[in-house]
Amino acid sequence: MPGQPGEPIIRVRGLVNRFGAETVHDGLDLDVFRGEVLGVVGGSGSGKSVLLRTIVGLNRPVAGDVEVFGNRILTMSGKDEREIEKRWGVLFQDGALFSSLTVAQNVEVPLKEYYDMPLRLMDEIAAFKVGIVGLPDGTGEKYPSQLSGGMRKRAGLARALALDPEIVFLDEPTAGLDPIAAGDFDALIRDLRSSLGLTVFMVTHDLDSLFAICDRVAVLVDKKIRTGTLEQMLQDNHPWIHSYFHGPRGRAALLSETAQLGKQGMQAAASV
Amino acid sequence: MASVAATFVESEEPGALVFAAAGEWLVATAAEIDRRLHAIQMPSGKRVTLDLAGIDRLDTAGAWLLLRTERDLSERGNAVEMRNLQPSFEPLIGQVRAAGLIAPARHPRPAHHTIAGFIARIGEISLALIARSYSILGFFGVVSATALRLVRHPRRLNMTAIVAQMEQTGVNSLPIVSLLTFLIGVVIAYQGSDYLRFYGLEGYTVQLTAVSILRELGVLLTAIILAGRSGSAFTAQIGTMRVNEEIDAMRTIGLDPVEVLVLPRLFGLMLTLPMLTLCANFMGILGGGLMAWAKLGIGIPEFLNHLSTIASWSYWIGMIKSPFFAIIIALIGCYEGFQVARSAESVGRLTTLSVVEAIFLVIVTDAGFSIFFSALQI
Repeated sequence: MPGQPGEPIIRVRGLVNRFGAETVHDGLDLDVFRGEVLGVVGGSGSGKSVLLRTIVGLNRPVAGDVEVFGNRILTMSGKDEREIEKRWGVLFQDGALFSSLTVAQNVEVPLKEYYDMPLRLMDEIAAFKVGIVGLPDGTGEKYPSQLSGGMRKRAGLARALALDPEIVFLDEPTAGLDPIAAGDFDALIRDLRSSLGLTVFMVTHDLDSLFAICDRVAVLVDKKIRTGTLEQMLQDNHPWIHSYFHGPRGRAALLSETAQLGKQGMQAAASV
Repeated sequence: MASVAATFVESEEPGALVFAAAGEWLVATAAEIDRRLHAIQMPSGKRVTLDLAGIDRLDTAGAWLLLRTERDLSERGNAVEMRNLQPSFEPLIGQVRAAGLIAPARHPRPAHHTIAGFIARIGEISLALIARSYSILGFFGVVSATALRLVRHPRRLNMTAIVAQMEQTGVNSLPIVSLLTFLIGVVIAYQGSDYLRFYGLEGYTVQLTAVSILRELGVLLTAIILAGRSGSAFTAQIGTMRVNEEIDAMRTIGLDPVEVLVLPRLFGLMLTLPMLTLCANFMGILGGGLMAWAKLGIGIPEFLNHLSTIASWSYWIGMIKSPFFAIIIALIGCYEGFQVARSAESVGRLTTLSVVEAIFLVIVTDAGFSIFFSALQI
């Protein structure tokens, strides 16, 4: 899977986004392949979230073309839109849970919208989704305002996964989580990817999760995007990319990851 | 979807009962699978095999339904065994199994759907009302104390903020206040002249209009418009700041939110409401005068003559009431803003509440003033 280009599930071509006089994206191209975890990084204000919003159709670009599952997001009909929306899940930065509904009801919203299910089954599925994202028992009955930031994020992920989507878009999923929770979140995404063949589009600043779960990295620099595997990015000479991956934090994350790989390698050798 | 829908078929093998699951076990087919599973008569105390060879597609919802079936069978004392699971589905089943089975969350059910609940709710509301009044009184105390402290340090008073508030609450609402009171003046004169003509007293139309506008309608309309326009804005502004933790940030920096947020709004409104009332009175009488001229042919000299017969106190009564109404609107608006919890939903709820409460209290106070003024016989 990593590095092996399958069919592109998201295609962005010549994207231009402009707000007032400020150009955020200028002729940006991007492919996301089925089954990969793509980490999107970039400095503050480089347009990571704008890119995500454009792909899911919340932001209309000035120019360019966005295709998801082979459908052109900008020109498709309302019916196609619903079909596509069933196949993706979006986790917003602070969860974006509906504050008047409990966590379980939040998870049920997409189920209710798309499938005619008995209430009991819907409750059971919602409870299961709440469990699978690692929220403790009883969280389903709580309202979003009663949850901590990390729990809101998990609840948001439970809602994003409610329909077992093919793509999940994550906007800074581990920001504001403690390192253990962030590690759990990474593990969760990795497991879901391997069991469901999920495609993950992840905007992140967390170098650890970048090293831990991303197959490819897309860096937003100079209003365009550069994609490649981590190894390629580590060799990139662009000043921003270089300082991003070779700064103290980048080195630390790299070190811990190579240590981990070394350990695994040794275990593998020992078991042989 | 219909062509390869999920199936769950029962058959006998020597010594064991076999359930063969097949087709697409997905969230899209979950409702159908669930219906079929419920329709099956579950055995008990047998050896049961779940044959999963026929499953083409599986997602977490489907996997969960399989595991639920397995659990249901085990609970009935069957010895359950799964077989022929395709290797590609193994991680998914493992992951779903690891998440465990969690009891569904109860739906929040409003308690007042029962009679006892209904009575309890009346009690709750009454108690809450008392607690609110107490709390509003406390807030009034805090604001007064802060205002008094400012009297000793007048330089702490933020004139820029006060003027900004005056612009927002005063200047910007001038057009709507003027237009509405003008129209009310027109309506009163029009309606009043008809009735007064019946008694041959249509000349008193000017007095009728002027007295009702000056004593009651001018100030009341202005206060109600400002409660809707500015009181709600106060709640929404301060409430949004609460949601964003801006108020907490202010406290940690050492700023007093009452001094920074409440006093400029309070003083601003106390200054603008009398001015707006004056303007409203003028426009109302102007509207009434125009109507009197159009309908009854009362010219300017006669009009002024009529006005001069009104007791001079009438000119002041509305103006006297206006700062008190300003205090009510500003305090309620700010108080409700501070009551916002950390959710966007409560901003909306409390904004509505603030407008209703402010209008209610303005009218109650106005009634109190009526009694007071009639006791003074002015």
